[in-house]
Amino acid sequence: MSELPLRAQLAAALGRGAASLSRATGRGDGSVIGGRIALKVEPNLLAELARGRRIALVSATNGKTTTTRLISSALREIGEIATNEHGANMPTGHITALSNNPRARIGVLETDEKYLPQVLRETNAVVVVLMNLSRDQMDRASEINLLAKKWREALAASQAHVVANADDPLVAWAGLAAPHATWVAAGQRWKEDSWCCPECGGHLKREPDPHWECPECGLSRPHTTWSLDNATDTVTDPEGKEHRLQLRLPGDANRSNAVIALATAAAYGLRPEQVLPRLREIESVAGRYTSIVTQGIEVRLLLAKNPAGWLESFAVLDPPRVPVILSVNAQIPDGRDTSWLWDVDYTVLRGRRVFVMGERRTDLALRLETDEVDFEVADSVDQVLTRLRAEQPDITKVDVISNYTAFQQIRAAYGRVQ
Amino acid sequence: MSDTSSTLRIVWIYPDLLSTYGDRGNVLILRRRAELRGIPTEVVHVHSSDPVPAEGDIYLLGGGEDRPQILAAQRLRADGGLKRAAERGAAVFAVCAGYQIIGETYGDDAANPLPGVGILDVRSSRGPSRAVGEIVADVDPALGVGRITGFENHQGRTEIGPSAKPLSTAVRGIGNDGVTEGAYQGQVLGTYLHGPALPRNPALADLLLRWRVGDIPPLPPSWGERLHEERLAAVL
Repeated sequence: MSELPLRAQLAAALGRGAASLSRATGRGDGSVIGGRIALKVEPNLLAELARGRRIALVSATNGKTTTTRLISSALREIGEIATNEHGANMPTGHITALSNNPRARIGVLETDEKYLPQVLRETNAVVVVLMNLSRDQMDRASEINLLAKKWREALAASQAHVVANADDPLVAWAGLAAPHATWVAAGQRWKEDSWCCPECGGHLKREPDPHWECPECGLSRPHTTWSLDNATDTVTDPEGKEHRLQLRLPGDANRSNAVIALATAAAYGLRPEQVLPRLREIESVAGRYTSIVTQGIEVRLLLAKNPAGWLESFAVLDPPRVPVILSVNAQIPDGRDTSWLWDVDYTVLRGRRVFVMGERRTDLALRLETDEVDFEVADSVDQVLTRLRAEQPDITKVDVISNYTAFQQIRAAYGRVQ
Repeated sequence: MSDTSSTLRIVWIYPDLLSTYGDRGNVLILRRRAELRGIPTEVVHVHSSDPVPAEGDIYLLGGGEDRPQILAAQRLRADGGLKRAAERGAAVFAVCAGYQIIGETYGDDAANPLPGVGILDVRSSRGPSRAVGEIVADVDPALGVGRITGFENHQGRTEIGPSAKPLSTAVRGIGNDGVTEGAYQGQVLGTYLHGPALPRNPALADLLLRWRVGDIPPLPPSWGERLHEERLAAVL
C-alpha cells in the first residue's frame, strides 16, 4: 500500500472498514459498500489501485464468474492474485478486490459488460478476456450490438492484449479492434443473436460450423490458435499439443470457459500442464453446480439467467429419469420481463418429470404447455423432494435450474452453499 | 386461409433481424391455438436475405435494435412482398420495432423520418424517455378482445393517421403516447406489447385466427388465461 498516494490510502482504508462493518452486521459480503465509500473519498481510486499491476478483465454475458475463478486459480501458480470472486463486477467491487490484496501484482477482475470500457481505461488492463454476448435482461441492460460497438472502441484506444472467442461474431468483431489478440475456438451453442454481420448488418454465412463470414462486407472469423473439441474433451494449444481437460465442472460451457482460461494463462507465460491441475480442482463456483443432499436426495443447483444459459444448462442435465425443477423469478436482478422464456426451446425436457416453481411459475407453465412438456406445479424444493420420496422412492438425484434471485433463494434455504 | 390450400400459413418475417426478446412466442401460440382446433398450419421463417412469400395468411414481425430495424425496413421496402400480401388482405401482426416500420415513417429523429413499409397509417419517432414496464390496455370494443396485458420496452412515440384506428386505450403504461396503444387498419395490426404478446393475450391470438379462418370454436381455459389474469391482478 505504501506506493499509494495518501488520499488513496485513506480511501481504501475507509472502504475496508465499511466492508467489514457490512459483513459483521450480516448485510452482505461488503464488496459494494466498501468500494462505494472509498470512491467518494478518491474518485481516481481504481486507477491508483491498479497502477503497476498486471490486470486481466473478464467479460461476457455468461460464464464471467466461473471463468474469473478459473483464471485466478490458474494464475496463483505465479503468486498472489487480487480478484472479485464474489461476483461484485462493477468498479466498486474492483476497488474492494484490489484494496483487499495490496501485495498482489496480478489482478483478475470479472467485469460487467457495460462497465468494461470504463474499467479498461481506468485500470489500463494488460489482458481483456471476452467470451460471448447474447440477449440478457433487456429491460435494464444495453442492446448487445451497442455493447459490442463500445467494447470495440475502447479496445481500439487501449494497449490491451485480447483473449477472445472467435466463434462468437459479436465478440470477435469487438476484439478485432485490439492491438494484440489471441483467438480461441471456444464454441457457441446459442446463435440467435449473431445471424447478422456486426460490421454491416448482412446475413452471416455460418457454415461449416464454426466458420462464419459476411458475404456482403467480408468480415470473417479470425484464425484461431487455441481450439476445443467437446466430443473428446480435448484442447489443442498453439503448438499443436493436445490436452485432456477432465474438469469437475460439468458441460461444454465450462470446457469453453477452461480453454479461455488456458489461453489467458498462456498470456501470463504459463503452460497448460502447469494450469490444468488447478482447473481440475474446482467443483463449484459461488453455489453454481453445487450439490446438496437433503431428504436423502442429491440436489444439484444450476444457474441460468438468459436463453443462452438455459441452453447450456439443458446440455448438462442428467439422464431423463432424473427429475428437473425449474424456478423463475422476475425481480430487478433477473429482469422484470419474462419474455425471454419464449426464446428457450423446452422440447428437450419432454419425457422427463418436470416441476415448475418461483414467482413467475405461471409464465413457465404456459411456456411448457405450449412446447407440450408435461409438468407439475410446486412451491419449494423441499415439497418436490417429499413428493418424490413418496411416489418414486428410487429417485436419488434431482437437478434444479433457476434464474438469479430464484437461485439465491434456493441457495439461502440450504445455508448459502458454495 | 390462402385460396390455394387448406393450411394456415404463418410467416415469420426476418427472425435474424427482428427477434429481440421472445418474439418466437407469437409464432408458437398461433400455431398451437390453430392446431388445437384442427386447423393444419405451416410456419415459414423468412431470413433477411430471402424474398417474402406472397401467399401467407398471417405475417409476424418482432422487435429489434435500432440498426437491425433500419436494415429490416430497407429490405422489406426493396422486396415488396409484405406490402403485396397486406394489399391482398393477409393478416399482419407487428410488434415494437416491427410496428414502427410497417407504418408510413419511423426513426430516431422526428425532423428526419425514415420511410416505412406503408401498410399501416402511423408515424413513429423517438420520444423524450424510454417506456419500460408492464402495460395494460382496453382494446377497441369492435374487435372483441377485451383487456390486454404485456411488457413494453421502447422509446418510440406513435401518431395515428386517418386511415388507421388506435388498437386500444392505455390503462397502465405508455404505448403510443400515454393515451392509446397500438393501431390497426383492416387486418394489419401493430402494438408496443413486445415479445410474447399473443401468449399473454389468447383473445388477441384468436382475433388473428378469426380474421383468416372465420368463426372458430372457443378453447377450454388453460395456462394462457391464468397468466393473463395473474398479470392483470399484479399490475392493476
